[in-house]
Amino acid sequence: MEATCRSAIWRDSELTGADETGQLVETIEFAYGNSQPLRIRGSGSKFFFGHSIVGTVLDVSKHAGILSYESSELVLTARAGTKLSEISEALSESGQMLGFEPPYFGKDATLGGTIACGFSGPRRPFAGSARDFVLGIKCINGKGEFLAFGGQVIKNVAGYDVSRLMVGALGSLGVLCEISLKVLPKFELEMTRIREMDETGACKEMVRLAGFSLPISAMSYCQGLLRVRLSGTENGIQAAQGVVGGEVDSSGEEYWLQLREQQLRYFNRNQPLWRLSVPATTPRLPFADDCLIDWGGALRWVYTDQPADSVFMAAKQAGGHATMFRPDAHWPTNRFSQLSDPVAGIHARLKSAFDPAGILNPGIMYADV
Amino acid sequence: MVGYNGKATISRELCAEMTPEKAENRSNIKLTQELRSIVGTDAVITEEEALRPFECDGLTAYRELPLMVVLPSTIEEVQRIMKACSENSVPVVTRGAGTGLSGGALPLPDGVLLSLTRMSKILEINAPARTARLQPGVRNLAISEAVRHLGLYYAPDPSSQIACSIGGNVAENSGGVHCLKYGLTVHNILQLQVVTVDGELLTVGGEALDSPGYDLLALMTGSEGMLGVVVEVLVKLLPIPPSAQVVMASFDDIERAGQSVAAIIGAGILPAGLEMMDRYAIQAAEDFVHAGYPVDAAAILLCELDGTLEEVQDQIEKVDRILRDQGAADTWVARDEQARQRFWSGRKAAFPAVGRISPDYYCIDGTIPRRELGKVLIKINELSNQFKLRVANVFHAGDGNLHPLILYDANKPGELEQTEELGNCILELCVEVGGTVTGEHGVGVEKLRPMCLQFEDAVLDHFHAVKAAWDPETLLNPGKAVPTLARCAEFNSMHVHGGNLPFSNLERF
Repeated sequence: MEATCRSAIWRDSELTGADETGQLVETIEFAYGNSQPLRIRGSGSKFFFGHSIVGTVLDVSKHAGILSYESSELVLTARAGTKLSEISEALSESGQMLGFEPPYFGKDATLGGTIACGFSGPRRPFAGSARDFVLGIKCINGKGEFLAFGGQVIKNVAGYDVSRLMVGALGSLGVLCEISLKVLPKFELEMTRIREMDETGACKEMVRLAGFSLPISAMSYCQGLLRVRLSGTENGIQAAQGVVGGEVDSSGEEYWLQLREQQLRYFNRNQPLWRLSVPATTPRLPFADDCLIDWGGALRWVYTDQPADSVFMAAKQAGGHATMFRPDAHWPTNRFSQLSDPVAGIHARLKSAFDPAGILNPGIMYADV
Repeated sequence: MVGYNGKATISRELCAEMTPEKAENRSNIKLTQELRSIVGTDAVITEEEALRPFECDGLTAYRELPLMVVLPSTIEEVQRIMKACSENSVPVVTRGAGTGLSGGALPLPDGVLLSLTRMSKILEINAPARTARLQPGVRNLAISEAVRHLGLYYAPDPSSQIACSIGGNVAENSGGVHCLKYGLTVHNILQLQVVTVDGELLTVGGEALDSPGYDLLALMTGSEGMLGVVVEVLVKLLPIPPSAQVVMASFDDIERAGQSVAAIIGAGILPAGLEMMDRYAIQAAEDFVHAGYPVDAAAILLCELDGTLEEVQDQIEKVDRILRDQGAADTWVARDEQARQRFWSGRKAAFPAVGRISPDYYCIDGTIPRRELGKVLIKINELSNQFKLRVANVFHAGDGNLHPLILYDANKPGELEQTEELGNCILELCVEVGGTVTGEHGVGVEKLRPMCLQFEDAVLDHFHAVKAAWDPETLLNPGKAVPTLARCAEFNSMHVHGGNLPFSNLERF
């Protein structure tokens, strides 16, 4: 059988990336040979996240460009260094978007950094997370081997799902080179409804609304106000408004953007910021008065004077976990909830399978990972 | 479904690979006693007649009797069984409902078959959180039935949903006709309790939307029982959409049908289901269930939309317009629920319907980028002529998952081998156009050879390393899902081009 069916777009893309990929492979091979720790960097917009680590900076920002995108396939493939803004623009031209509404945290934010951190925005509970949209990843492991996991198709159960394992691994298992994502059509119309409510009431109301089949795409509570975003067809939104109640928030679009980018006034406090990922049904957290709630109740942004251990414990008791998201300069303790011993053992063995010399962002998440 | 009576030679090779050394009888007796002390005498099966029902899963071509079947009822029993087996270095194959289509639950002659059918309780339904905590043996459809009165359902709906179990769904990352919009199993579960090969209990994932550390939940999903034993699953439930509507379109040209799919998605519509059938499949289905399909059409497309009444109304009209603009010969909107069910009945009966027009058929499970559909179908047609075997095509058009059904007669000498060869050529084609060798049925024992086509050695090596991180002694479902590099080297040296076998004068059996 002759191999004649490849699309022109994909063939071009495979050729043009060769130089940059080759350079990255060489650099990592060399670092592996010399046990030289590397600190992977895109634009640096998310450098605040994870433990501070020491290592030679490996700049992947030049490894950029959209490799293939066909709107009717709902699939986009881009190099890790591609700016989110470039991707968003290309998708927008075809009336599409990244379904997980990723935060940028800087205008030059790259796709690679976003996927390595696994960050998702307000749409996450309703459309899915960063990892939910990842279909395939090409990466370089800690020995300098170029590896292709997953693919560019929505359904694929061949081999273990290593692509999704890479999402949120903070680069500790491989340097991301190319990422294929499922994308979504934009909605015909979006509208935000706003209601005055206290935190306790908002926690209950968000859970109640999520129980209906409604075109809801975000729910958040901030300082006495509950906001619900509806996304869908005109008649669909018209009908849903009655159930959601409240009034139209004319600055809704700006609110969701500022929430996503942590630019709301709430985030102006000069104090370490906690991220608590908990079941949406978790009531108001007693130690965090009037916290900012996203993800329909499942994400709480918290400022507190409580010691770190009690925040980790409270998150665990609620059925979730806590992350020290934006520490101050001298944050002393762990930034991530501890893993159970057997789970930590699996982490260590996976790490050494992909990065035997421990040179890729070593210690960024846990001591040996 | 009608099974594929696979090649005995492959089955023998596999067994040779999967069997390290036959354990001695004496130690088997000791293990049997040990396991009986854990689960009770009646929950360990060793008699040949009683073992027979466990000899294969939904891929009936491959059959093997296990050393014994063990039927635990609790997590603690599973832990103690795993500990005992691991201490005795006896391999374990986990089995759910046994509906898998790739031989993932094929027993090993020197291994324990761990059947989780006695662990089939729904442990907790949390309506406000919209979750259900399940033992692994709970049937897929039973979940939706148990929460229907709350206005909720569990979204993934594999065609075997009446029988298949949630544990098996996790092992295979099962999808269904609604997965373009609602995702696969991996998108619809929150947490797993997993027993490791040495009997430890792990929690993977959590009750929140994410969890600390690596995404082991994603890694476990679809891992085909190679990494651990799933003993509890926390699934997400969704509110039942108040409205669902379907439109059917017929086409004189299959490529035009493919373009219509692109046009619908390009117009910003995300259908709940989008299915295509070609002429053979239409005719077989219509003969079987009289769904009212246009039997002269080259292809039909079924497009389902769901959501609120208003949304569905807005979109169904839009879809109908797009289909006509794209040159559909005719379109029909199901006017009521009865008509909607009738439209779907033909699609749902497509496999058994094809089973009626041919003594045997073999179902392929490749996925392709949708834009390649036209080319792939033309090529399949060429291959079909070349191999002199008919092929009916059923296509999950929304997500690119193509199920060519190869019609053959196992009683005709050589036809089986030809069928298998044609199947491999089709999968090779899927890989060439940027797709994959299995969209939803899994690799199991069936697709080890095509895996060698899809993945390079370095990637296969990493798959083995992932397994070793969980199961260093290779005792969990050994020999399945990921081919050894040696096996790939052997396959690749036998690689067939254009139907010409190397050394075609040599006998093969």
